[in-house]
Amino acid sequence: MKPLKLYAALALAFLHAPLLVLIAFSFNAGRFTVWEGFSLHWYQAAFADTQLAEGLINSLIIAIVAAPLSTVIGTLAAYGMWRRQAPVLAGTLYLSLVTPEIVTGVSLLALFQWLFRFLRLPLGLHTVIVAHVAFSIAYVAIVISARLRDYDRALEEAAMDLGASGWRAFTRVTLPVIAPAIAAAALLSLVVSFDDYVITSLVAGVDSETLPMVIYAMARRGVSPIVNAVSALIVVAFGVLILISQRLREK
Amino acid sequence: MNLRRLCLLPARVWTALFIAAPLAIVCAYSLLTRGDYGGVEQPWTLENFTRLADPLYLAILWRSLVIATLSTALCALLGFPLALFIARAGRHKNLLLQLLLLPFWTSFLVRTYAWLFILRDTGLINTILHTHLQLLYNDGAVLLGLVYNFLPFFVLPMYATLEKLDPALLEAAADLGAKPFATLWRVIIPISAPGIAAGSVLVFIPCLGAYLTPDLLGGGKTVMLGNLVQNQFTTARDWPFGSAASLLLMLASALLLAALMRSRAAKELM
Amino acid sequence: MDQVLELRAISKQFPNHRAVDSLSLTLRRGGFYSLLGPSGCGKTTTLRIVGGFEQPTSGEVLLNGAVVNHLKPWRRDVCTVFQNYALFPHLTALQNVEFGLKERRIPHPQSKALKALEMVQLESKRDSFPAQLSGGEKQRVALARSLVLEPQLLLLDEPLAALDPGLRKKMRAELKAMQRHTGITFLFVTHDQEEALSLSDKLAVMNHGRIEQFGTAEDVYLRPATPFVAGFLGALNWFGEAGIRPESTRVSRTQPDGPSLPATVESLLFLGNCVHLNARLEDGTRAIAEIPRGNEFAEGERVHIHWHAEDEIRFQ
Repeated sequence: MKPLKLYAALALAFLHAPLLVLIAFSFNAGRFTVWEGFSLHWYQAAFADTQLAEGLINSLIIAIVAAPLSTVIGTLAAYGMWRRQAPVLAGTLYLSLVTPEIVTGVSLLALFQWLFRFLRLPLGLHTVIVAHVAFSIAYVAIVISARLRDYDRALEEAAMDLGASGWRAFTRVTLPVIAPAIAAAALLSLVVSFDDYVITSLVAGVDSETLPMVIYAMARRGVSPIVNAVSALIVVAFGVLILISQRLREK
Repeated sequence: MNLRRLCLLPARVWTALFIAAPLAIVCAYSLLTRGDYGGVEQPWTLENFTRLADPLYLAILWRSLVIATLSTALCALLGFPLALFIARAGRHKNLLLQLLLLPFWTSFLVRTYAWLFILRDTGLINTILHTHLQLLYNDGAVLLGLVYNFLPFFVLPMYATLEKLDPALLEAAADLGAKPFATLWRVIIPISAPGIAAGSVLVFIPCLGAYLTPDLLGGGKTVMLGNLVQNQFTTARDWPFGSAASLLLMLASALLLAALMRSRAAKELM
Repeated sequence: MDQVLELRAISKQFPNHRAVDSLSLTLRRGGFYSLLGPSGCGKTTTLRIVGGFEQPTSGEVLLNGAVVNHLKPWRRDVCTVFQNYALFPHLTALQNVEFGLKERRIPHPQSKALKALEMVQLESKRDSFPAQLSGGEKQRVALARSLVLEPQLLLLDEPLAALDPGLRKKMRAELKAMQRHTGITFLFVTHDQEEALSLSDKLAVMNHGRIEQFGTAEDVYLRPATPFVAGFLGALNWFGEAGIRPESTRVSRTQPDGPSLPATVESLLFLGNCVHLNARLEDGTRAIAEIPRGNEFAEGERVHIHWHAEDEIRFQ
């Protein structure tokens, strides 16, 4: 085999190996890394764990509220910027993309703490949702902007020429045509929201632990096979979602 | 209000409130003083910034820079051949790209945890080799975790650049007598330098601000800027100082990005 | 109202250039009009101003005698056929044609749309999507989509530019027939002078944002108002201050009566339906004569170039 091909194979294997190992050992009857036989024991334990269940529910609630919100806001923003440039907004979105997560997290914490002093607003699911929408808008805007770059302006002009107002041209022509990209952006937003740990952990407060927070706590306490099982499920779930998202983007 | 303004309004409001305002607050806090119970109060001062010049914190900055640089260099070394291979793969390009990205699309936390599972002293490697190597909780583990997570960030822009490389150039080089390695060194790499620069910046900046990887894989022994910031805002409850550290982190990132935007590498990212 | 469109001193200033420069034009109802000019002469900008997609920096646009500057495209009784047709990809041909009818709440949209598709002979493709249609079919759907609304004025932005040459000629004839049949005023933008000459009742030749001449095909071709118009509409030989078209330039071996000049044959180009003879005059200038096939001139031969005085094109 050509050296470059061999190298590429090894590199790709390196990228996939840790996840495959995780998934494989999630079926291990034993606790550690000595193989003791096939078992679904850890999956059963994972499903029975109340903390995990609560975390999952919280993560789902947050994602289901935040993703549509950020998709709508981000899509409208990308459309507005496509019609004519909006440098300040574009700059702010760009800033949000390059700000390290930890800084985004602490800055939002500072904001919420300030709001708490004046509005008696505690940390909770709502603050997490607000934070998730905030950092997701930029991702949605990127996906939709990329799609609009290939979109023929003449289509909206034709619609207006035929009698549709600006708004109806957008809703009756542009939206249907870019719908696959919007769906892909929504999925992306969902995944990004579901997976977030750093920002969420800072703004979640005591009673709203999300799934990544529960997993993190478990991982900190030591390796737990339950985490392996949950990880395997997450890998599969995300993988499926992202594949769907890519199919939609190709449309 | 016309349609366009209306479309931009929700994003403008949300980002003003939840991206711009928070950062402004951090800027303000960086100039204030820690209160007795962990709050923030007057007087206004530059002390937080001068405190960053303390050797302890400079060491953290230095470590962050070194780890970020090493991660970037490793990603470049490991990623370049991979990108080259994919760029030449013809009809398999898309499949290979999907394979490259698939692990990336799963949870960051899970990916980092996977290395915990493999590297710890009762982890997979020690079990297979029957050893008790301390592979975890050191700079090397952090480096491994960062390279693993950010390799695609380098490979993608590198691939984009290499894909546009005109094969005729390679043929011309061969025609003039260059052997494959010479062609690589004297033609391919110089021409694709902007892509290398772009990919490097895309790796360097998140690595500089990394938090989760040094936290989980470094176990508190490898303190990078991200850990410092998190620590100041939670355990140490010194928000002004944490804000100053945050600004330092952002400044470093911003400088690098500005340098990138001015260079030819910017074209590769557009 | 006999005048369907009037442009009064329309100007359009962009940051670094003046696309339209104090342009005035009047179109009468029922005619086929063209805006002809090279790329960048402002013809498309003018069209977009009429359609409402650009606002003029100064000047007035009047439709049926009423000023419409402030009216948005969807309120103007003007329809546009776009250069790349702009068919809605997510709608079938029939749904595309129905679109305007539904937006303007015109009753019986489906039957009207079907009739329009029949008019362009595409009723069999009513349920096809634009991606499944050929270039010529897309163009006809775009036409039907606009014509079904029976606008006062139909604007066409180089609609034949994307078609193959053979198809282009066929579509030209169909467009002309369509205009006669519906009686709707057409304003057609093109850079192809053959197209403009063959289709238009009257055409406006534009250059640098201004109309240099507005007249019938014969007017602009035989009696051009400016050297630009003369040169844009066809090749021109200059003999001193007189300009002569190649097809009016004759070649003979013997000295004829009337104005003539001695010359040497440089080359002959067989073009199929005629021959172009390139000649070099004594003072070094060159001339092209379009002569019928079969005249046996040879390279290097000395000949006489002559023409009829009434074919001369002169400028003050």
